[in-house]
Amino acid sequence: MKLLSQARSYLSPSGTLTLPWVQEKVATNKTFAQKETKPNIPSPFWVIVQKEIADHIHSWRLIILVAIITLACAGSLITGLMHFKDTVKPSDPEDAFFFLKLFTASGNGLPSFIVFISFLGPLLGIGLGFDAINSEQNRGTLARILSQPIFRDQWLNAKFLASLLVVAVLIGSLTVLFMGIGILRIGIPPTVEEVMRIIIFTLVSICYIGFWLNLSLLFSVKFRQAATSALACIAVWLFFTVFYGIVVNLIANVLAPSEFAHPHQLVRYQEFIINLLRVMPSQLYSDATTTLLMPNVRSLGPLTQEQIVGTIPSPLPLGQSLMLVWAQLTCLIAATVVCFGLAYYSFMRREIRSR
Amino acid sequence: MQAVIQLDNLTKHYGDFKAVDGLNLQIQKGEVFGLLGPNGAGKSTTILMMLGLTEPSSGLVHVCGLNATTNPKAVKEKVGYLPEDVGFYDDLSGWENLMFTARLNRIAEEEARNRIEDLLKKTSLEKAAHQKVRTYSRGMRQRLGLADVLVKNPEVIILDEPTLGIDPKGVKELLDLIVELSREKGLTVLLSSHHLHQVQQICTRVGLFVQGKLLASGSVDELAAELISKHLVQIEARITQPQSTANLEAELLQLEGVDDVKILSKGLLYIGCSKDTSAEVARAIVEAGASLHHLSKKTYGLDDIYQRYFEERKTKEVGA
Repeated sequence: MKLLSQARSYLSPSGTLTLPWVQEKVATNKTFAQKETKPNIPSPFWVIVQKEIADHIHSWRLIILVAIITLACAGSLITGLMHFKDTVKPSDPEDAFFFLKLFTASGNGLPSFIVFISFLGPLLGIGLGFDAINSEQNRGTLARILSQPIFRDQWLNAKFLASLLVVAVLIGSLTVLFMGIGILRIGIPPTVEEVMRIIIFTLVSICYIGFWLNLSLLFSVKFRQAATSALACIAVWLFFTVFYGIVVNLIANVLAPSEFAHPHQLVRYQEFIINLLRVMPSQLYSDATTTLLMPNVRSLGPLTQEQIVGTIPSPLPLGQSLMLVWAQLTCLIAATVVCFGLAYYSFMRREIRSR
Repeated sequence: MQAVIQLDNLTKHYGDFKAVDGLNLQIQKGEVFGLLGPNGAGKSTTILMMLGLTEPSSGLVHVCGLNATTNPKAVKEKVGYLPEDVGFYDDLSGWENLMFTARLNRIAEEEARNRIEDLLKKTSLEKAAHQKVRTYSRGMRQRLGLADVLVKNPEVIILDEPTLGIDPKGVKELLDLIVELSREKGLTVLLSSHHLHQVQQICTRVGLFVQGKLLASGSVDELAAELISKHLVQIEARITQPQSTANLEAELLQLEGVDDVKILSKGLLYIGCSKDTSAEVARAIVEAGASLHHLSKKTYGLDDIYQRYFEERKTKEVGA
């Protein structure tokens, strides 16, 4: 039994036998070692991820996007700091969370940090993904790379992961920078719960940008021309940010019940309109982030007087806030997965011609 | 011995259009096989199916004994493919492009460096190795493509229109390089082209491919014999003769190697031979008292074979 376990310990994870007394020999016989175990050679997946990240970092596109987003964040930080005094009142039940006010405070026509992210995040996602596949096709590199021994999905996954990593690093560092300057300026460090909320907020933001990234990846698989796919992405984005709201407004006006309608009917009507709005990814995102960053938000739908009566005017704990936005989070992730699935489906079995 | 590339009844439809129609082909180890045909004959589609880059509608593709449709990754480990009009990452140098390919093939860093250096030297790109590919000429790109194909030490290389868009001198260099490298490493080469005379110099065997069908395959000489005429060498002679030609005809037919003599028009002789008999024919004509104005020997290259085939086809179509 002991012998057996000793023998097992000599088996490397890849299943090749490496006995201690032959190890030296193996090391000297380089080609043999490379053929058998391929030590220290990263899998093609990570090779592609590495290259994609390097490409992103070297591209002008990312520099421009980073500049826009950094400027916007700086603007919102200044707004947050300027209006910090107005928003914090000693009698406020959420005075424990005033650090979070930095992220949500707006004034003088300058929107808050979360509004900026919900507006510019899609641009970042679209900018990183809209020509992921079709530019390779146009450059003639698609056929060359896919004739290397890699799986097609590895390539698609690696492209997605590389862009998502860039987004994550960017949003993460921006948030941390935001916090750091905030601490310096107001002189109050955030509490543990605030930090937790901010971390979750960052994750949700990455998810949200990931959705737009996947959408643009899907279009880059579908459309041959990078310009077409960029335009399609921007069309979807504009539709949701501008036109969808107008359409919902129209529907709301048509369906509006009379003032004397039964309260139940009014509530149902309100819920219906809100659910219509929730088709928009940006609505889901702002629902989720406001709840996370404003702990006093206790419901995302209409509340009747009866429901409010007897509530304690205190902020929700983190767990409860999370419960409240669980549906929104799931929807965002589901939308992302659907886009990715569609991109996958149309890419996996398609014919790869050069140019 | 099993063929390196084996196609069995391979068919590919695009809607109603049959791009490849019931193709059967075997390519043995060490061959340099030329897949020849006009544009749109289905050459590229066939090649894509060999690499699993598109799926056949029916039929089987085996490369190195592996099914290319169900197991493309294993095939792609052994096969190097140079696509038509190959592209590189313009912002990277030639060396970096090759290194990326080497990494995708999981070649150890040290070995990859050695191989790339060696290949760049062979394709005489070592001076431009660290320039960005953007600055490369068409011929350089194509040579870089060849180096890229060879980085993974393949058993088979498949080149789709490798000579497209290169000047004649570049074509010759590239083809010589292909032959040299393939001999050195014992590679099997499949190359497609619509430029017949370029390719006929280096192919051990060619396949004529038209409208999704393989018309004929074999060495260039065999094809010439099969498609053009029974006679390998044909001689045309223009003569003037005082007397009748019947005498001369009989005399020519007696020569060894002459199989057929025809008078095409007044004074124009057509002589079909199984070997080169031009000197004997000339002597016979002169000795018979006729005056010889012009004598030309014709051997047929692929261009003629091709042309002849299409002419035949056209007349058939008109007749039908």
